[in-house]
Amino acid sequence: MGVFYFVAFLSIFFALMTIFTKNPVHSVLYLVITFFTFTVHYILLNAQFLAVVNFIVYMGAIMVLFLFVLMLLNLNKDTEPMKSVLVKVMGAIAGMCLLATFLGAFRALDSQSELVTGHTEVGLVKNLGKVLFNEFLLPFELSSILLLTAMVGAILLAKKETKEA
Amino acid sequence: MEVAFILEKLILVVIVFVITLVIAMYSTLAERKVAGFMQDRYGPNRAGIGGILQPLCDGGKFFFKEEIIPAGAHKVLFVLGPVLAIVTACISSAIIPWGQSLNINGREISLQVADVNIGVLYIFGVIALGVYGIMLGGWASNNKFSLLGAIRAASQSISYEIAMGLALISLLMVTGTLQLGDIVRQQSGFVNWNIWVQPLGFLIFMTCAFAECNRVPFDLPECETELVGGYHTEYSSMKLGLYMFSEYINMFVSSALMASLYFGGYNFPFMDQLDLSQNWITIIGVIVFFLKIFGFIFFFMWVRWTLPRFRYDQLMHLGWKILIPLAITNIVLTGVITLIKDSYLQ
Repeated sequence: MGVFYFVAFLSIFFALMTIFTKNPVHSVLYLVITFFTFTVHYILLNAQFLAVVNFIVYMGAIMVLFLFVLMLLNLNKDTEPMKSVLVKVMGAIAGMCLLATFLGAFRALDSQSELVTGHTEVGLVKNLGKVLFNEFLLPFELSSILLLTAMVGAILLAKKETKEA
Repeated sequence: MEVAFILEKLILVVIVFVITLVIAMYSTLAERKVAGFMQDRYGPNRAGIGGILQPLCDGGKFFFKEEIIPAGAHKVLFVLGPVLAIVTACISSAIIPWGQSLNINGREISLQVADVNIGVLYIFGVIALGVYGIMLGGWASNNKFSLLGAIRAASQSISYEIAMGLALISLLMVTGTLQLGDIVRQQSGFVNWNIWVQPLGFLIFMTCAFAECNRVPFDLPECETELVGGYHTEYSSMKLGLYMFSEYINMFVSSALMASLYFGGYNFPFMDQLDLSQNWITIIGVIVFFLKIFGFIFFFMWVRWTLPRFRYDQLMHLGWKILIPLAITNIVLTGVITLIKDSYLQ
């Protein structure tokens, strides 16, 4: 349990650093480290597949794209957009809603469950694959179609712009 | 048992680490020797017998060069870039099975540091992490040429990662496991090598490996004859050395990967008919594995002095419009063939 508290502390610390740091590139880098600590959490829960997919997709792909954009934009104080009060209020409300959801989830948590203690085999590739392709086949296929739609949409948007230019 | 286990793994890790570094070091010499051979000249032959001390001299020179951190560079990230590059290059060798197990005084010692359940995916994670070394280095230099070079390098490596992953999926459909140890065990002898069932997959994987290692014909991130210097324009001294060195380590590790995924790893023909004790089979297996690796490293160098470089649009065209559709076709074909084999031929 000691390891968990240490990693949890790191996650929260780096998540806070993501918000509080001024430089956007540093912010992304802190976010990368936060994701890395999530990977460690998954490994502690013996969810190997989830851990490595989190690592590849979030750290390896999405965050690299974030970095790409931020490095090219060259953001600084002068170009920072003005944030209206409305956006701040909306952010605060959304944050509170998330907190309430988490608290609700936390109340329903059974800390003795083997999913929490990590003494489970369900996160291994073999078991996860069996569950995904038997019990959850329809949702799995539907989500893949959703992703495909998003991909086609993105390509369409990119194409349209080049024609006009 | 625990202490012995940890000690055993620790020794193995150190040996693997040292071998990786030594081979990467001598790859630099080998590259120049091969270049010399291809261009009908001697190559470096002054330091030591036949130039054997040349890598040491180069390393020493790197250390004594002046260390320049440009004004306006982000110091921490500037140093972190090459460090990340070399660390990611080194940790990818953790899951490669170097041989079967040795039997010393009744104790089985596996010649693989970690046979993790998610072996092949781990490699992808490490490759994905490798991009950060380049991007951070390029951005932290505070130089637009470095930044452009870094973006060039990163988009190349992201593009080819996809085709590489798709090529591997069809291999995984044949092997049915992600564990690298199992994949190599399945390929015992000669006829079971995965290259016979996945020739197209291997071709795609190898092309992508060339691109991921930034080797000719995909060396656009460096492109020494055209660019200022790519993402490491501002780097000097050992930090530049680390970037160069990580490239050679990547070459070694990807050679080892290709050998173990497609060319049977430590397996060699007639290994079961030889009637030798297990230890001897293991030792011969390790030697064979390294011969295969050296073969691939030589191939890397051979290609370098044979093919011209791609243009950037050609590179993207090859990655996105040729390799990815080809890899998907390969997945479909593999699926159809597996299905036919399972339902009609048994």
